[in-house]
Amino acid sequence: MPVHRSSATISALTSGAPLGERIAWGTARLFGINRFELSKRVFAYLALIPILAIYLVLRIIPILQNFIYSFYNSTIANPRASFAGLDNYASLFQDHLFLTALRNTTLFAIFVTLFSVIFALGLAALLAGKPRFGGFYEALYFLPVITPMVPVSIVWKWIYDPTYGLLNYVLSWFGLRPVGWLIHAETAIWAIIAMSVWKVIGYNMVIFLVGIRDISESYFEAARIDGANNWQVFRRITLPLLRPILLFVVVISTINAYNIFTQVYVMTSGPQGAPGNAVRTVVFDIYENAFRYFKTGYAASEAVILFLIVLGLTLIQFGITRQREE
Amino acid sequence: MTHRTFSRERLLRKDTALRLLQQAVLIFGAVIMVLPFIWMLSTSLKPPTEVVSWPPRFIPLHPTLENYQTVFQTAPFHLFFLNSLAMATVSTVSILLTSTLAGFVFGKYRFPGRGFLFILILATAMVPFETYMIPLYLVMKDLKFINTFPGLVAPYLIMSYGIFFMRQNVIASLPDELIDAARIDGANEWRMYWQLVVPLLRGAMGALGIFAFMQTWAAFIWPLIITTNRQLWTMELGLGMFQFRYSVELGPINAGSMLSILPVLLVFVVLRRNIVRGIALTGMKA
Repeated sequence: MPVHRSSATISALTSGAPLGERIAWGTARLFGINRFELSKRVFAYLALIPILAIYLVLRIIPILQNFIYSFYNSTIANPRASFAGLDNYASLFQDHLFLTALRNTTLFAIFVTLFSVIFALGLAALLAGKPRFGGFYEALYFLPVITPMVPVSIVWKWIYDPTYGLLNYVLSWFGLRPVGWLIHAETAIWAIIAMSVWKVIGYNMVIFLVGIRDISESYFEAARIDGANNWQVFRRITLPLLRPILLFVVVISTINAYNIFTQVYVMTSGPQGAPGNAVRTVVFDIYENAFRYFKTGYAASEAVILFLIVLGLTLIQFGITRQREE
Repeated sequence: MTHRTFSRERLLRKDTALRLLQQAVLIFGAVIMVLPFIWMLSTSLKPPTEVVSWPPRFIPLHPTLENYQTVFQTAPFHLFFLNSLAMATVSTVSILLTSTLAGFVFGKYRFPGRGFLFILILATAMVPFETYMIPLYLVMKDLKFINTFPGLVAPYLIMSYGIFFMRQNVIASLPDELIDAARIDGANEWRMYWQLVVPLLRGAMGALGIFAFMQTWAAFIWPLIITTNRQLWTMELGLGMFQFRYSVELGPINAGSMLSILPVLLVFVVLRRNIVRGIALTGMKA
């Protein structure tokens, strides 16, 4: 808020003030701002400088450096041993481990998003009808979202255990033979998808629930008066009005799923798990290349590909948000 | 008349049936959501012979706390727990401090570069950590922060969503008149931050603090790459490594897992409403 600048204030402030303050005031006047404005700006910058410094060191520089490293050959001692141009990228697309990882991660992202969105939408629709114990269910569905990934990966690994696992026991009721869920290449990725869907359903559900509750009650009432049944209300009112939020959740879920690492690391990379590369993911490949084989430049180029995928998804999301605002 | 009552009864009965079906679906879903946690608890309370009994039992025949002792003997889990606690606490305090300060400045001050700096901070939030962890590791190496506590906690000192969230709160709950009045009373900008802004944001700080704590507590890939020294391992990393080496001893692993989710679980039970609402309002990643 600009303070009115009268000549009286100026002289009062300048005449009796100490030299430093007078200099400050002079400088401020040079830029056409008054004394109050100056002290505000000084505070704003002083407060932000340490925070921006942290951002520079921990976020901005590393983000930019990653692109630079991706154009270099690296050794253990020197991440920029020699300039490689686009060599890293060229070999990336002949590296069947990376391509497998990319394929797995894409498959994972698609199916985790698909299942978690469908289930979450169904649950949100049920809970929006204010059933008895609704708040209680909401809390239980949300429980996996807030729990850290490592302990839940450990217990799921145990549930999937081929000999003593809970899942095989439950399936045995239906006469099904035990399966080594995490050991077989064909089932491992689906086992991890199922566990990851379980982990994120609650999050998507809460977002949908807020979206449905935001829809004006009058739409539902009007539909009911016209004699619409529950399914018709959901199909014709809830779903179309929820569309922007639905797309938002789809994009966010896909981005998060592309960064999958922890559950794969815990559940399949130990001495007991791991069917070769059946569940190798992009981040796992980056981790291994960078921190086990010290191929920093090569791993950085993989990270750039991951970055571009996420960037593409983010731009789609921006497009959606803008559409929503218009 | 009779016809009308009849149809209403039928309608009512249909309604009840629908409600029961709804409840059945919700209960089935809830069981799947909670079962792994119950299984974890159950396994952690079983003596070794019972862990691998067939058919599996949910309620242990001879419940015991011995696994909770064994887990501390097989690896220094007390140390891992303290490391996690220290890391999450430092991270939470730092995120609250930086978020309220930057949120206040971005919300209430006009200065050249404001828009650009704010967008820059938000933009970094869209880049996944995994895509720049290699250069970050090398920065830490240059700073001699590998295998140190500062290196472990560094990436968790700031949170762009936190700054965004606090800015929204400052704009919504701190009227310009109040700031001007304080200024006329002779308060300088720093005092205003401590005595006006911080108390006003207490509720928002509670919500953000819970998030910050949970997020840092759950960290895995960064502790995995930045620490080789066991003395610095966190609960999550300790558990992840421990389960490779002692993959047969399921009792202690599950006891350790229980200990790792306990703090989060406690916070959740006490502050459930704030957490769920907070996530919904800000779209924050859990």
